[in-house]
Amino acid sequence: MSKNVVIVDYGAGNIRSVARAVAHVDGAPVVSADPDDIDRAEALILPGVGAAADTMENLRSRNVIGPVMEYIAAGRPFLGVCMGLQALLDWSEENGGTDCLGVLPGKILRFSSEGRKVPHMGWNTVEWTREHAITEGIPSGSAFYFVHSYHPTVDDPALALGMTEYGVTFPSAVGRDNVVATQFHPEKSGETGLRLYSNFLTWARSAAFVSFAGAGTST
Amino acid sequence: MLMRRIIPCFDVNNGRVVKGISFVELRDAGDPVELAKIYEREGADELVFLDITASSDDRATVYDMVAATADQVFIPFTVGGGIRSVTDMKIMLELGAEKVSINTSAIQTPELINDGAYRFGSQAIVVAIDARRVPGEHGAWEVYTHGGRNPTGMDAVEWAKEAVQRGAGELLVTSMDTDGHQKGYDLGMLRAISEAVTVPVIASGGAGGPEHMAQALTQGAADAVLAASIFHFGTYSIRQVKEYLAGEGIPVRLEPHHA
Repeated sequence: MSKNVVIVDYGAGNIRSVARAVAHVDGAPVVSADPDDIDRAEALILPGVGAAADTMENLRSRNVIGPVMEYIAAGRPFLGVCMGLQALLDWSEENGGTDCLGVLPGKILRFSSEGRKVPHMGWNTVEWTREHAITEGIPSGSAFYFVHSYHPTVDDPALALGMTEYGVTFPSAVGRDNVVATQFHPEKSGETGLRLYSNFLTWARSAAFVSFAGAGTST
Repeated sequence: MLMRRIIPCFDVNNGRVVKGISFVELRDAGDPVELAKIYEREGADELVFLDITASSDDRATVYDMVAATADQVFIPFTVGGGIRSVTDMKIMLELGAEKVSINTSAIQTPELINDGAYRFGSQAIVVAIDARRVPGEHGAWEVYTHGGRNPTGMDAVEWAKEAVQRGAGELLVTSMDTDGHQKGYDLGMLRAISEAVTVPVIASGGAGGPEHMAQALTQGAADAVLAASIFHFGTYSIRQVKEYLAGEGIPVRLEPHHA
């Protein structure tokens, strides 16, 4: 059974950009909403842009929530990007309040527009708060490309991998066990962002996950 | 800290970059993708492609260019020129552009801003404003269309406010007075517009050197600076400009080169 990098296909606007970045560092990924493909993935990426309610609705209507949650619960390597991060938390303030997947404890809040421009758009720096395989070789304080009006907060500060300041200081990269996620767009962040994708795939194939080799064929 | 952005701009005709570009390392000075890759490597924060292809029958050439750029360039880029409908926007964004820029079409059909922002989000919609100082008046600028040829009678600051109200996520502001002279941006107009709106303003028209960019970002209160000639002719590299700006205390992205 072939093993693949799978990007969850649920109509998110940045799927192609993410696929192109992965293709650039690793060869073409599989873009799919098929539970079998997700089950066979050696690494799973959940992209996303746009509003929280739309994102959750699209995930529901494509029937990918079950397969994604099972994949994550099995301890297999997972990367969320932008709305793919926000979807992992408990709840978003957007669209009058939107329940999310609750994989990591935390909430999404709107930026205060007081004295600053919202959306937070452009290159901002990320200070790593702990070591992680996905940031290997990327200096703390490197800039990544952001576009968002709502920002993550986490209940446990230890979930943060990196912090960014924009009026508030928020966790712009988070992670626990097999799950990592970034609020910024590595696929639009030049060489630095490509490095993060390649680090993620190296990590996904590392000893940390060997016990899942062939996980997709065991059922 | 949020960085100020440096944005090289290319004029593209039939999928080829026009205006002589003098890079010794270039094999094909007209290839937008090759140029885009060089600028990305040099530290450009974003790119703008302005399609000036006269005939609308030749859209395929610009589509090919956008797709090829998206395949090989991993920084955001904006496409402007010839975008007259939500469908035009959709095509460009799906091909891989991060944003689309509208100018004359936004003035002719202002609802296009609303429709585009509703459909794709404000962050994807840039409204480009070309304006000239009104002779004899202090602090007044008039909007022009069709590449600066046709006066509209509209006040640039008022139009900027309306565009943002309708959903523009960013304004690309070009002074037709200073454009091409390399003597600096129109700082008064930039400041007037920047202070009137809540979205980022990109300064355009008149960059002759890094000191002009520093002025646009400080006195002009712009969030980003766009330039063509000084980069294309190799007068300054993007890195040189950024090092100068960093020396002036302006936050810019100066990444170490990864192996």
